Formats: sequence, C-alpha cells, structure tokens
Amino acid sequence: MLEIFTLLADWLAYTLLGLGPDTRLGTAIHFFIEDTTKILFLLVVMIYVIALMRASLNLERVRAYIQRKNRAVGYFFGSGFGAITPFCSCSSIPLFLGFTSAGIPLGITMAFLFTSPIINEVAVIMLWSLLGWKFTLAYIVVGMAVGMIGGMILDAIKGERWLKDFAAKAYRKAAEKTHDSSQDVEVPEAPKLTFKDRHNFAKDELKEIVGRIWKWVLIGVGLGAALHGFVPDGWFAENLGAGQWWNVPAAVFAGLPLYSNATGVIPVMESLITKGLPVGTTLAFCMSTVAASFPEFIMLKQVMTFRLLAIIFTILLANFMVVGWVINLIGPWLFGGV
Amino acid sequence: MKTFEVLGTGCKKCVNTAEAIERTAKDLGESVEVIKVTDPARIMEYQVMSTPAVALDGKVIHSGSVPEQDKIAGWIQS
Repeated sequence: MLEIFTLLADWLAYTLLGLGPDTRLGTAIHFFIEDTTKILFLLVVMIYVIALMRASLNLERVRAYIQRKNRAVGYFFGSGFGAITPFCSCSSIPLFLGFTSAGIPLGITMAFLFTSPIINEVAVIMLWSLLGWKFTLAYIVVGMAVGMIGGMILDAIKGERWLKDFAAKAYRKAAEKTHDSSQDVEVPEAPKLTFKDRHNFAKDELKEIVGRIWKWVLIGVGLGAALHGFVPDGWFAENLGAGQWWNVPAAVFAGLPLYSNATGVIPVMESLITKGLPVGTTLAFCMSTVAASFPEFIMLKQVMTFRLLAIIFTILLANFMVVGWVINLIGPWLFGGV
Repeated sequence: MKTFEVLGTGCKKCVNTAEAIERTAKDLGESVEVIKVTDPARIMEYQVMSTPAVALDGKVIHSGSVPEQDKIAGWIQS
C-alpha cells in the first residue's frame, strides 16, 4: 500500500521536475518527497487511532499502577508507561513532584522521564516505516534499557539525597506512610468516555502533535535527503574508520549540542545507516540528541541540586556509550548488515 | 470577586490559559483576579500532575489542557 508514495515521488521528481534518477539532486529530491508524504500520512492516521485508544489513560491512573508494583518491576513499569503516556515536556516538573510526593522512588520516576522522550508513537511509526520492524524493536528495547538502568543506578547510589529540600521532604513523608501499604493503593476508575469524547480527544491530540512536529519532519527528512543524495555509499566506513571503539563516544558528544526530538532525528538515522555508519554508533548519536537536552535539564534544576543533575547527565551519557558498543558488537548478528 | 490560580511552570499553554480566563471575564463584564503560580512546591501542594491546571478559590477545577471558553464562562458565572 505504501508503494503509492514511491510512485508519487517517481512522478513528481522524475516526470514533473524532469530530474534524472541517477543524479544526486534527483535522488535527494525523490527521497524527500517520498519520505515526507509517507511519514505525514502515517502520522496523521496512527496518531489519531492511538489517541482514540488511550483517551482514558491519565497520569493519576498511571501513578497508581506504578505505586502498586514492587521496586523490581517498578523500573519496567516506570519506563514502559514513560513510553506510552502522552505527556508534554513542560509537564516534567509537576509530574516529577506528583510521583515523588506519592512515595515512588526517584529511580522509577526517572526511568519514566528518561524513556519518555526516546520512545513515543511518532518515533515508532517513523522507524517502522523507514527501517523495518527489527530495528524498531531494537530501538524500543534500547530506549527502555537506558531508562531502567539509569533509574536503578540512581537508586543504588541513593540519589534522593540530592533532591531539593522540599521535594526530599515530600518524598520521605510519603515513603514512610506507604511503606507497608503500597499494595493497597487504589487505581482510580477509568473515566467513562463515549466515542464522541474519544474522537474529540484524538482530534485535539492530532492537531497538537502534528502542529508541533511537522517542521521537525521536514528538517529531519531534508537533512536525511541531503545525506542520501550527496554522501556516497559507504562514506562513513571509509572516512571515519567506522567500527573503532572511539566512534561511539564521539557520536554521543556530537549529539549533545544538537537539540532535536525523535521525529527530526529518525530520517537522519536512516541515511546514516545506509551510508555505512554502524547501527550502535547511530543509535548512540540519536539517543544523545533526543534524550540529553539542555533545556530539559535546566527545567529539572527546580527540583534537584546541581550535583544530582550532573550525576544524572553522566549516567545517561555512559548508558548511551554502553548501548552503542553493545549494539555494534551484536549488530551484524542482529540485523545481518542493515 | 473570584480568584483563579493558573498552575504551571511557565510553558506557553499556561500563559494562554491565564489570558483566556482574563479575556472571558472581560467579555462577560465580570472582574476576576488571575494569579500565575509557577512555584513547583506550591503546584505540588495541589497534587497536580498535568499542567496547565486551574484552581478556583483554592480548589483544582481543571488540569492538563487550556480550558474551553464555555467551561471558563461557567466557572466565572457559577
């Protein structure tokens, strides 16, 4: 069904604009038209459908679910809900405090916040359509692992010591109270929604998300198209000595100053991989661009001391590197040379 | 006079919410007080997790989005 977008791009780029399929400009323009139309179409359909389904999932219910779990599964649930819960980054602070003041351990809350920007329906849809299901699955596993491991380390070093006073106090108070009774927390009932309510919710979500990300899609695909058309195949392998251990940290640091969301980075990933950059290195770059963004960290300063922020930042970067190395090691076996 | 508090750590939607309340009140010829609450500790006391949220006379009446105009009108006239 999606071939229609290839045909559309064929017609627009080669017939209407008269570009040759063998020229650099021709391939770049073709890539741009095919990917933007395909991605925007899939996004509109899928965001709407997914929003219909999750209209009744609100943060209060998510929090109660997580509270009922014991610590070990808590990380998994924190990270998993971070992936599926609709949530705007401007809400990170209230969300953080809402979780903390309910006695949810810092590591589990952070597993939620780490995973949230990396995995969302937009990222999954784009990856699936550009790079296939295997890669999408690997991305989800890696994203959740980064969140869960980051959270576990934070709890292991008792990171809550370095929360701002008011937040630490609220956490202690709640943790004492719910120490033995966390199994009794009641999950608030799902709001009863008619189809019309769900439709309205989904319509608003669609408008909000597409309004926010369409520019990123264009920029991301534009960059991807430029790479695709103008960088020769295998360029990275030949020029960066791709595959050497220092490539991964280099990719992580290169991604740091770039502040993008998953939407903008995924089309670039597609091109990087087809041009011969190893999958693990590409993933490390992508995660670093998406998840370690300074604006977000400056926001968290309101509830954390500088020391805790620095620790979290270091843990994240270390995680990205480990992920990059591991995937590079097992990549050829996983993907058979994507 | 009614006092509305708009809770939020300063994102654009929170500003829009405060403006929407002021505008609606003006249209209705009522005078209200709108206070923007950006202090995280205060927002935590209200147990609000999705912002922007609105509190009227110390009680949270809305959270998670910019409220619709007729909803706001209902609060002002209640």
